[in-house]
Amino acid sequence: MSTFLGMPSLPVYGTGNLHASESFPKAAHRELGNAQLRVNLGHATHTIRDKRIQVISELPDWEHLRDTGSAIKEAVMARLPELLEQFEENFTSRGGVIHWARDAGEANAIVAGLIRETGETEVVKIKSMATQEIGLNEYLEGQGISAFETDLAELIVQLDHDKPSHILVPAIHKNRTEIRDIFLREMPSVDPKLTDDPAVLAAAARAHLRRKFLTARVAVSGANFALADSGTLAVVESEGNGRMCLTLPETLITVMGVEKLLPTWQDLEVFMQLLPPSSTGERMNPYTSLWTGVTEGDGPQTVHLVLLDNGRSAALADEMGRSALHCIRCSACMNVCPVYERTGGHAYGSTYPGPIGAILSPLMTGIQAEENNSLPYASSLCGACYDACPVKINIPDILVHLRSLDVDSKRGKKKIPTQMDAGMKAASWALSSGKRLGLLEKGLPLGRLATGPAKKITKLPGIAAGWTQSRDIPAPPPQSFRTWWAKEHRRPKIDAAPAPSPEKEDQR
Amino acid sequence: MSAREEILGRIRAALKDNPEAPQIPRGYRKSSGLDEEALIELLVDRLIDYKAQVCVVEAAQVSARIAELLASAHSYVVPTGLDGGWLAKLDDVRGAGRGRFDSDSAPLTVAELDGIDAVVTGSAVAVAVTGTIILDGSPNQGRRAISLVPDHHICVVKATDIVGILPEALRRIDGTRPLTMISGPSATSDIELERVEGVHGPRRLDVIIAR
Ligand code: SF4
Repeated sequence: MSTFLGMPSLPVYGTGNLHASESFPKAAHRELGNAQLRVNLGHATHTIRDKRIQVISELPDWEHLRDTGSAIKEAVMARLPELLEQFEENFTSRGGVIHWARDAGEANAIVAGLIRETGETEVVKIKSMATQEIGLNEYLEGQGISAFETDLAELIVQLDHDKPSHILVPAIHKNRTEIRDIFLREMPSVDPKLTDDPAVLAAAARAHLRRKFLTARVAVSGANFALADSGTLAVVESEGNGRMCLTLPETLITVMGVEKLLPTWQDLEVFMQLLPPSSTGERMNPYTSLWTGVTEGDGPQTVHLVLLDNGRSAALADEMGRSALHCIRCSACMNVCPVYERTGGHAYGSTYPGPIGAILSPLMTGIQAEENNSLPYASSLCGACYDACPVKINIPDILVHLRSLDVDSKRGKKKIPTQMDAGMKAASWALSSGKRLGLLEKGLPLGRLATGPAKKITKLPGIAAGWTQSRDIPAPPPQSFRTWWAKEHRRPKIDAAPAPSPEKEDQR
Repeated sequence: MSAREEILGRIRAALKDNPEAPQIPRGYRKSSGLDEEALIELLVDRLIDYKAQVCVVEAAQVSARIAELLASAHSYVVPTGLDGGWLAKLDDVRGAGRGRFDSDSAPLTVAELDGIDAVVTGSAVAVAVTGTIILDGSPNQGRRAISLVPDHHICVVKATDIVGILPEALRRIDGTRPLTMISGPSATSDIELERVEGVHGPRRLDVIIAR
């Protein structure tokens, strides 16, 4: 596409907390050293897996719901401009105000401006991936505005000056004792005899936030769904902190990605059956709130919505990858992922960890973005995420697609052949002829000499070093399979040794 | 160019391959086919599972049950549109006693609500399979704040308002009203993904199912 005046060249990638600060293998290597993290994660993800399977087994039409959900989202992407306009019209006609934000910086500035207009310097917040993605809290802090996270897990992370590691349970990497210690350290008026019983910890959070809820005049939220045919927004939650933020303040500012739309009210019945079982493994989450613009006498009387692009249009432009935008942020894919279970969410760098993050982050930032280009490799392609995904996003296929984009983008850049090129060339020479391979394999026993008494290779040279970074290679066998086969299946009177080849180059 | 124009332009450009919106298959269940008795039984089971308290009474017994549940409350609030009969056994609701009315014309402040122990509301519809009660802000339920701030919520569900699954419920609801779907008392799964009841919303939920 040609670039003309005033029109940026497409696609335009996202900014904010979508980029890792280091590559996945490096970060994962460090996180794997944290044994406590692995124990916490293993416990939590297995608890939720079992609950999810149990609840889903009660739904005879689960696969139908998934098919419907997947088709609805595909239709939303195909009709996105039209649905956005329809939503805008309905939301606005019911008293809401819409703002559009091209990227993280613009969204942050809009929210800060809206808060400043109210004259407030404190806001209460409902957990929201979109505001995490744009780094809203840090930005507001720089503007002299304090944003108080009110979701228990977000509160834990905020008090500990840590980063979220899971999209549903941001403090999943902490166990109850660690959480108790954070509360003791960071909550000024907490009972010093606080125990690590989860019910006691929840009560401490209630006491800590109660006054904030009752006095806050401005709240900031995300949204799980937006219905185009009515202009309705929905927040799905558990604790009641969402209800507090959506009901008591005078001003409500919601930040939402443009892809969150559903066409009609009827579609909500599908997604509200898909989301709770997939995310917390419950038949239904304790609280869901829906609001349509402003309702006189009930709830905030000033209602804003910031519609965020920030790389979503770039993801949409990738025909193969666009279905990553179907994601309803349930977190089922990370709960079943063998890689996530071991590395935890921090290793992915971006706000979006786990299998969905491994495709969404590079799609939103561009695969050329340094550090995010290792994310598509953070998978064994086992397919557990695809099976778990309530909207059937084919994550493994998109991972492979992004790997190929990554290879292509690197090929474009480099000039001199690398070790990998040389290796591939050699492999292609050897593997394209059975005779060459047979000949090479005869050298295998020689490799044993390099392994020492432990009969293990612990360090390979060059690019092959990556392979031995976290694993040993057993010594090569004393004979190749071909040699063994030939010996075992020697036909009488026929020499099993490779016959002389007519190909000249094979004869030495 | 405005951000709106630019974002819509980017999205249109991203869709230059003109993807077709697929037909939406809707093979999922539209109703549970359960009768009233089965619905009541299932709803009771689910609510108990969520650690709500629940009882099933004849319509005429609702007021007695409410009076019983409020016996130890120092104060309570009700929306003005609540069925007067439900308050029959509470003598003091209109006086300066324990009971307060909340209405659009005379709303209580948040601080006042914070000082009130309990709230009694009706409900719009309940979903048996998921144990979900939906409030839609009708006069017998009031505005959202009154069923949120007091720590004890007593909610009356009429047996005829119970349906089996969510699609049946949403068909009965106007989506543009301020809606709250409630499935048990406030809870969190944020500590080691184990559910604990009682965070910011009402920690005690009493459901009275009225035949
Ligand atoms: S990709 Fe699917 S499974 Fe993963 S968070 Fe999104 S919707 Fe859930």
